[in-house]
Amino acid sequence: MLHIVNKSPYMKGSLESCIRVAQKDDPILLIEDAVLGAAAGGGIESLIQGAMKDHQIYALGADLMARAIDGLIPGVKVVDYGGFVELVEQHRTMTWL
Amino acid sequence: MAKIMFVNRNAPHGTIYAWEGLEVILIFGAYENELAAVYMDDGVFCLKKGQDTSGIGIKGFIKTLPVLEDYGCEKIYVDKESMEKRGLTPDDFAIPVEVMDSAGIGKAMAEQDVILPF
Repeated sequence: MLHIVNKSPYMKGSLESCIRVAQKDDPILLIEDAVLGAAAGGGIESLIQGAMKDHQIYALGADLMARAIDGLIPGVKVVDYGGFVELVEQHRTMTWL
Repeated sequence: MAKIMFVNRNAPHGTIYAWEGLEVILIFGAYENELAAVYMDDGVFCLKKGQDTSGIGIKGFIKTLPVLEDYGCEKIYVDKESMEKRGLTPDDFAIPVEVMDSAGIGKAMAEQDVILPF
């Protein structure tokens, strides 16, 4: 299952709940404000790094660019809208509104 | 017949999410599907007994909760960690629920054909 998170992990617990419930090998895609969590050096880095043991973390490039997030946590994969669509094609989804 | 799960993660009344989530369950109740509802994060407050919305000018939905079962939504799961973090126990809820840990919720989600989040 693909987990899609769109809320900033600094404001809401959506990403934490997602990581807690996601099954091993489920990919997690950060979009909109959730991409703020993908920035290296932030307080969320250890949460993301821990999650990367069991999950591939993706972040939507357009949202990173819009927020000037360039230094990413190593291992986070950037996808464009095409990549977003491919992920949705390949998995059922759960969106953590 | 599809397995459909409604995941309710938002507190009642502050936003329309919880209300809409419940409405959609009732709509889906008209079709032949296997329905389940999960209440987690602040969504657990949606189930709390004794909600009285008369002072905030909205209808509220506490009276609707007991009919979920009649509408074919027989499985109502509550995330244990969310419930405990908010100082709640199953006795605080207006309807009987099945309390599940994180792994249980994850497994139940993985078994669905479709998940609708609210």
